[in-house]
Amino acid sequence: MSITLIIFWFLSFLALISAAIVVFAKNPVHSVLFLIITFFAIAGHYLLLSAQFLAAVHIIVYAGAIMVLFLYVIMMLNLNKETEPHKKPLIKFIAVIAAGLLMLTLVAAFKGAEITVVTAADPSIGSVETLGKVLFKEFLLPFEVSSILFLAAMVGAVYLSKKDLN
Amino acid sequence: MEPLLIKVIIVIVLFVITLLVALYATFAERKVSAIMQDRIGPNRAGPFGLLQPLADGVKMIMKEELIPALANKWLFIIGPCIALLTALMTGAVVPWGGPIKIGDQVITLQVADLNIGILYIFGVVSMGVYGIMIGGWASNNKFSLIGAIRASSQMISYEIAMGLAIIALVMTTGTLSLNEIVLQQDEGWANIVIQPLGFLIFIICAFAETNRAPFDLPECETELVGGYHTEYSSMKLGFYLFAEYINMFISSAVIVCFYFGGYNFPFQHELAELLGLSSNALSIIQTVFMFGKVFFFIFFFMWVRWTIPRFRYDQLMTLGWKVLLPLALANIFVTGLVMWGMGKI
Repeated sequence: MSITLIIFWFLSFLALISAAIVVFAKNPVHSVLFLIITFFAIAGHYLLLSAQFLAAVHIIVYAGAIMVLFLYVIMMLNLNKETEPHKKPLIKFIAVIAAGLLMLTLVAAFKGAEITVVTAADPSIGSVETLGKVLFKEFLLPFEVSSILFLAAMVGAVYLSKKDLN
Repeated sequence: MEPLLIKVIIVIVLFVITLLVALYATFAERKVSAIMQDRIGPNRAGPFGLLQPLADGVKMIMKEELIPALANKWLFIIGPCIALLTALMTGAVVPWGGPIKIGDQVITLQVADLNIGILYIFGVVSMGVYGIMIGGWASNNKFSLIGAIRASSQMISYEIAMGLAIIALVMTTGTLSLNEIVLQQDEGWANIVIQPLGFLIFIICAFAETNRAPFDLPECETELVGGYHTEYSSMKLGFYLFAEYINMFISSAVIVCFYFGGYNFPFQHELAELLGLSSNALSIIQTVFMFGKVFFFIFFFMWVRWTIPRFRYDQLMTLGWKVLLPLALANIFVTGLVMWGMGKI
């Protein structure tokens, strides 16, 4: 096995295990921390695909900013006790059936899929230079329009945080 | 020698130097504060008190290890570990000197020359918040929790202005690699001349990121006892305190690389030609200059700490969001205009 393959298996294992713990952990803070580990494993996958920029931004934005906000909310609302309410048996039964149907759909969808090995034509395809050129030359308009979305969200947040809305 | 072996040696040397600098920074802090307050400072352990940091370290290790009964034990231990780990990781992309040639091998005095070096630093710094938040939360103490939330909201707020200050720098240099930024300053001017406002914003944010005075709100005896490390004792407390000094050292190094020419010094090539120095000798002198600049900035951190009184928390947030953020945005805009006017874009 090549070293890349070993790293790939390790990262996949780490991502799946920690993602499972995110769901199964009773304590919400533990869930958040394992979600951060999952993000790191996925960032490792980006690095294996030689998309360094994506990996760095993934860490900075998701693990560094968004998960901190998650932790804030959990700490502020004092959700740190294991207070997960017990669900009724009927709801559990419906949930199992729904999840089973989803699994069936996924298996059916992937059954016919072929596994092919894709070799990247250009190793610098994920570098900052390439990405910047693509974003600012080919996709300039959608890129700039998406920033208006962020602006709208920011204005909304500022408006909501005003003490008196009159 | 094999390239991998050389890298391992560089990593170990950098690790030891970082720890040594941080160790003696604690001593320097006490001496500097003593001089500023017209005292003598520590002078008992060893000549001029030079063994004081070792005495402090031994004391830290020998103290009783306490984990509060209601604390979350594992997270309580992981907190200071993350703080120290992230502090040590940032030094990997800083170039400490010019290349050294042994035989036909060229050794760069840098652990990793990443082409996303600046983003790497940002990623690691944004992880540093978790050390404080996890530690403060796991202590199961109201003061710790409030201290942790204060510290982390301060760090996140100032990260934004810091990032925007760096974007203006990236615009003028056109690269995210620290090594290339340093090399560019060898050919042209130091970036402080090109980006004076960016430097000012960056260094203010660096003070806030390292939780140093005048932004040391997380620790506030009158309101919060010890802040996020109220419940910590022994070497776990030592880890938190030590991480602060390592952060100070690394952020000084990053400031020097970004704005003060890194390991370059004025007229270095003329000097080398005049004295007939080999490129290896020049590299060694460059490393000395690099550390000289870094030590000056460490001193600057301490100078400010013992000169300026701390901010109130709302003043800190106002400064971050209403002064530094608009200034950083204006800096980007003006930089773009000037570059456009000079025909560089």
